[in-house]
Amino acid sequence: MKELVIVDSGSANLYSIYKACEMVSLNPQISNNPVIIAAAKAVIFPGVGFFDHAAKAMKENKLTDALLKVVADKKPLLGICLGMQLLFSESEESIKTKNVVRGLNAISGKVKRFPAGLPVPHVGWNKAVPVGKHSLFEGLYEDAYFYFTHSYYVLPDQNRYTLALTEYGFPFTSAVADGNLIGVQFHPEKSGPAGLRLLSNFGKIIADQH
Amino acid sequence: MLAKRIIPCLDVRDGRVVKGTRFVNIRDAGDPVERAAFYNSEGADEIVFLDITASVEGRRAIIDVVRKTAEVVFIPLTVGGGIDSTLFMQELLQSGADKVSLNTAALKNPGLLKEGAEQFGSQCIVAAIDACRVDKTVQNDTLKWEVYSHGGRKATGRDLIEWVKEVEDMGAGEILLTSMDADGTLDGYDTEMLAAVTDAVDIPVIASGGAGTLEHLYDALTKGNAHAVLAASILHYGTFTITEIKDYLASKGLPVRPANK
Repeated sequence: MKELVIVDSGSANLYSIYKACEMVSLNPQISNNPVIIAAAKAVIFPGVGFFDHAAKAMKENKLTDALLKVVADKKPLLGICLGMQLLFSESEESIKTKNVVRGLNAISGKVKRFPAGLPVPHVGWNKAVPVGKHSLFEGLYEDAYFYFTHSYYVLPDQNRYTLALTEYGFPFTSAVADGNLIGVQFHPEKSGPAGLRLLSNFGKIIADQH
Repeated sequence: MLAKRIIPCLDVRDGRVVKGTRFVNIRDAGDPVERAAFYNSEGADEIVFLDITASVEGRRAIIDVVRKTAEVVFIPLTVGGGIDSTLFMQELLQSGADKVSLNTAALKNPGLLKEGAEQFGSQCIVAAIDACRVDKTVQNDTLKWEVYSHGGRKATGRDLIEWVKEVEDMGAGEILLTSMDADGTLDGYDTEMLAAVTDAVDIPVIASGGAGTLEHLYDALTKGNAHAVLAASILHYGTFTITEIKDYLASKGLPVRPANK
């Protein structure tokens, strides 16, 4: 079994993240098998699309329990885009449809839609400015740009979860961490050299586990 | 703040790039993968492949191009040209494309934008629009533009401003707007058209057609309020490099992503 597993929840473009990991000498395996995911040394959890659909599909495919096990075992987990949002409790996206589907609730907080008046989705390159020191952002320029494409953002209940902020009308949380549980709103696999460096840093976090 | 994006557009036919000659640093200027990698190394913010292949069989080649590009280029890839089903969209997205752009097929069936947005998310769906000015005298001096289909060959009778609002309602996440009047002239983008469109919708608008100088790019992003500029000739013929473009825009105070940061 490979040490790093990329979770295939059926929604994301996994080819780019797989190739980006290979590019930085991580050697991942793509899997939708809850047993393999729960047993992995580290996990990347990508996702695009709708919170609701994804949360439901995760439950049906028994991925929820597998990912909660990864979280409980304090193994490195990197949620990307919707994958990061799904680490949270609930999203306005599902509240809107009066069909409140819960996320993993691994980090307490909400997923909110950008307010009216801002062009949505927030698409393009923006800065993610680290609010403190974290090995995920090691070696990156403080004004490094990353590629974003999303209509919702996360609002953690506590500031201490926020790893980086991005300005879009107001500063929103674009990276979170709680121990080994990490999430980024942007797409490192589409963020050029900065994104590859970030993935490589995640690889170091994995290597530092004993 | 969002950086203004510089997006090279490559016309691809049967899996080969058909425009541009002056490339000193690459072996095969006709290889879309090598060209995309070259622009990526120069600091392009995104790559657009426009597939102008006529035959249905030939179109399969674009999937291979996307797959090979996604193996070496880690910035967003958009593919347009002849996309007329969600199945084809899915194939392209699974091969490593991040967005698909729809033009004629969306005009024939606007519901296709909606289906694509519902299935893959709005962020994947780009509405590509070709438009032309309508004679001012006919319209009592108010500016109007008409939408064209089939690569600009067929007038549709649709008003541009109505159409951009419709594509936004249908779930398109971005608009790629080409001025047929300006395209190929090197005289500058139609900034009035851009301003009218960026005013009418909330979704990002990519300006296309007419870039000849660095000021033209600046004008599209400021007067026209575009979020991004698509550039073909000025890049393919080596008039400017992406680094020169970005340095210029940064010197004028616009936010750009520095190359290789």
